[in-house]
Parts: sequence; structure tokens; C-alpha cells
Amino acid sequence: MTQPLDYLKETPSQTAGPYVHIGCTPNFSGIEGVFAEDLGVTMVNDLTEGERITVRGSVIDGKGAALKDALVEIWQADAKGLYNSPFEMRGAADPNFSGWGRCPGAMDTGEFVFETIKPGSVPFKDGRPMAPHITFWIVARGINLGLHTRMYFSDEDEANKADPILTRIEHQSRVPTLIAKKTGSEYRFDIHLQGDQETVFFDI
Amino acid sequence: MSNEKKDNGAFMQRDRNWHPPAFTPTYKTSVLRSPQKALLSLDNTVSEMTGPVFGHNQIGELDNDLILNYAKNGEMPIGERIVVHGRVLDERGKPVPNVLVEFWQANAGGRYRHKKETYLAPLDPNFGGCGRAITDDAGAYCFRTIKPGPYPWPNGVNDWRPAHIHFSVFGQGFAQRLITQMYFEGDPLIARCPIVNTIPDQKAIDQLIAPLDMGNTLPMDSLAYKFDIVLRGRRSTMFENRMEGN
Repeated sequence: MTQPLDYLKETPSQTAGPYVHIGCTPNFSGIEGVFAEDLGVTMVNDLTEGERITVRGSVIDGKGAALKDALVEIWQADAKGLYNSPFEMRGAADPNFSGWGRCPGAMDTGEFVFETIKPGSVPFKDGRPMAPHITFWIVARGINLGLHTRMYFSDEDEANKADPILTRIEHQSRVPTLIAKKTGSEYRFDIHLQGDQETVFFDI
Repeated sequence: MSNEKKDNGAFMQRDRNWHPPAFTPTYKTSVLRSPQKALLSLDNTVSEMTGPVFGHNQIGELDNDLILNYAKNGEMPIGERIVVHGRVLDERGKPVPNVLVEFWQANAGGRYRHKKETYLAPLDPNFGGCGRAITDDAGAYCFRTIKPGPYPWPNGVNDWRPAHIHFSVFGQGFAQRLITQMYFEGDPLIARCPIVNTIPDQKAIDQLIAPLDMGNTLPMDSLAYKFDIVLRGRRSTMFENRMEGN
């Protein structure tokens, strides 16, 4: 007989449902006076280092309609490529940058918007630099398990071409689904749940 | 001084057979919202091993008290008073401290405080339906609330959701991010719910059903339910983190 491994099973996921905003952004959903401010609204302040950018987009279903009940969270490194986390072992991140944002889709259009900074490069496990990217997590009614993906930047062509993950995608025609298009200081990143333009989602 | 080593490795692979698949047509909304192409497998990089931190100072005194956090004029919400408590553990059974746990729910009549909610049951002027807590050093959290009611929803002609509380849990790395729902022991609607039944394995469903906990019930005050939450575990053998080694 061998010893039992005795690992526990992860708690199974359930959909966030249509009212995820009640719990995660109550002020946005009209429940005021419980929490002073919804979490994840503000990522930067006047002292945050780095290039200010706006990230805007929609989560789009299999028939081309924008979801109006999605919740999007992002997680990213600071301008020097460091994460504001106790599990960041490489150095201290910019204390004026949380690295985390949360945005509900607008009730009328479904659009999400993040005011943030452009992240620096972060190393892959073998030490090669990864192209600057923002990690996304998407939940909504009808999504049974939160979806992870990444957003890369259209003005980082060279870094994207050398990125250890983007280069690993077998169907290179799908790589553009991960690259946000720059206009001025704004990046557009639409997330397609299905169809020809289905975003590459990650099993992490 | 603690001799506990801070694990900082990648998270164990998620068992996707234990979670609901994306495409579950009996839960109709999933039909147009489920990715159809294979996911790209990626062992965690530092982008997934790290995650945001929330401090106890961001949490207000009444944030884990849904009986009082929206009540007005010294009144209280109507319904069955309950305490919900449990621990956040990882797959290795280790407590996960300092984790933000957010919860939201319908009131005792099964009605959500949301402008798109269409159920006939009344709003409770003293119940908001949201709260949050941060786990302590033992991974424990607790809150008190009103037991939510079941409610009908327009999935099938006559589908009803069992009483449930939604949970959003962060963990220590972005790879652990999880949203789930807690159900109540003995509810006959659990087995009939299309959302519960997106989970293929009955043992996995059982993991979402909180038992009545008479040991923590407050006499003449509140019943208690215990709900432990398990997040992904970190690998303890870390070749990618030579700074601390193993």
C-alpha cells in the first residue's frame, strides 16, 4: 500500500450570474452606503510611474452582441515589470500602482474602461522577456468558469513577435485576437466569446 | 519567528472535469457565451502566480453583517437569521490567510436589489444583499445574514433557483481567482437546478452544499451553516524560483 495523497478538490465554479455587480461593485449597481467605494475603480494616482493609457473594450457573444452584465478584472505589472504582490520575488513594485482593476460593463453599452499605465516586460519561466501584457479575467451570466486571457499591445510589434507565448500559438491567425489596437493613448480590446474572432483563452 | 516557508511556486493544474464545462445547453445562456475553441495551456508565469492584496483596513466594521449593513432607522431585514462561516484552504489543506471573500444574495423573499430583477417578490428596505470579509491567519471567515429565498428564473418554463449565496474569492495569485455559489443542506431544488447541474460530478456538487452547523448556532438568535472553500494549491517543488529554493 502507498500513502494516500490527500489533496483536497478545488471548490467547483458556478456562474457569477446576472447580478455579480451587487457583490463586486455594489455602488455601481445602486446599492449605496454599504461600501464607501467599489474596489478596483482606481488603479493610478498622480505619483504613479509610467505611460498613462486607457484600455477600452467589450465582451461579445456568439451572435455579435456585447454583454451588458459582464465583470472584467485586470492584473498587470508596473512600468518596470514588477507586480504589486507579496509573491513578487524580484523587487518592490511602484507603491502608487495597485496593478489590479475591476470594471463592470456599462449598463447601456456593455463597455469596460480602465485608466492605467503601460506595463513593463515580465520574464517567462526560462528568463526570456515576455512582451508587455495585461492579464484579463472575465465572468458573466452564462460563463460557467471565469475566463483567463491576456491583452498585448499593437505598438509592441517586435516584442510580440518574440513573445514565448504568442509564438507558441499553433494557429497564428488567432494571435491578433490578443492584441489591442492603439489609437492615440487608447487601446481597444474586444473579447469575443465565440466565432471566427474567438479570443484565445488560457488554461492556466 | 515562524519557520513557515512562504510558498511562491506555480499553482497545480486545474481539474477541468471537476468544474462545469463552458457549453451547457440546459443552462441556456451558456449557449452563446461559451468559448468553442481549445484553451491554450500555460503553466503559470509570474503574471498568474501573483495577485492583488486587500488589507483589513479596506474592510468596514459592518461589511460582514448583512443584517445591519443596509438596515435603516434601527430596523432589521425580515427573514431567517443565519451565520455563515468556514475556512479558505488550498488543495494541500493549508489555510489561505488574508484573502478577500465577497458575497451577494437575494433577500428572504428571493428578490435581488437590482434594477433588472423581475421577480414579483418584494424588496426588503433593510436588506442590501452584499458583504465581504478577509480571512484570518487560520483562513477563517464569517458573516451573518438572512437566509435567501428560492426564486423563479426564465431559463425553462418553470425553473427555480435553490436558495444560494454567491461567493467571489481571490486567493494569493490571479490563477486562484474563483466565483462560486453556496447552497443549503436539504433543499429539494438543488437537484432540479440547471445551474447546479452544469457540474457533471455529484461529489463536486456536494462540495457546494453547506451543512447546518448546530455547534455554531446561536440559541434564540441565528442558525449557522459551514462552508469551506478550497482554492488551487501551490506546488511546493519549485524549480522556477531559485531565490528561495525548496
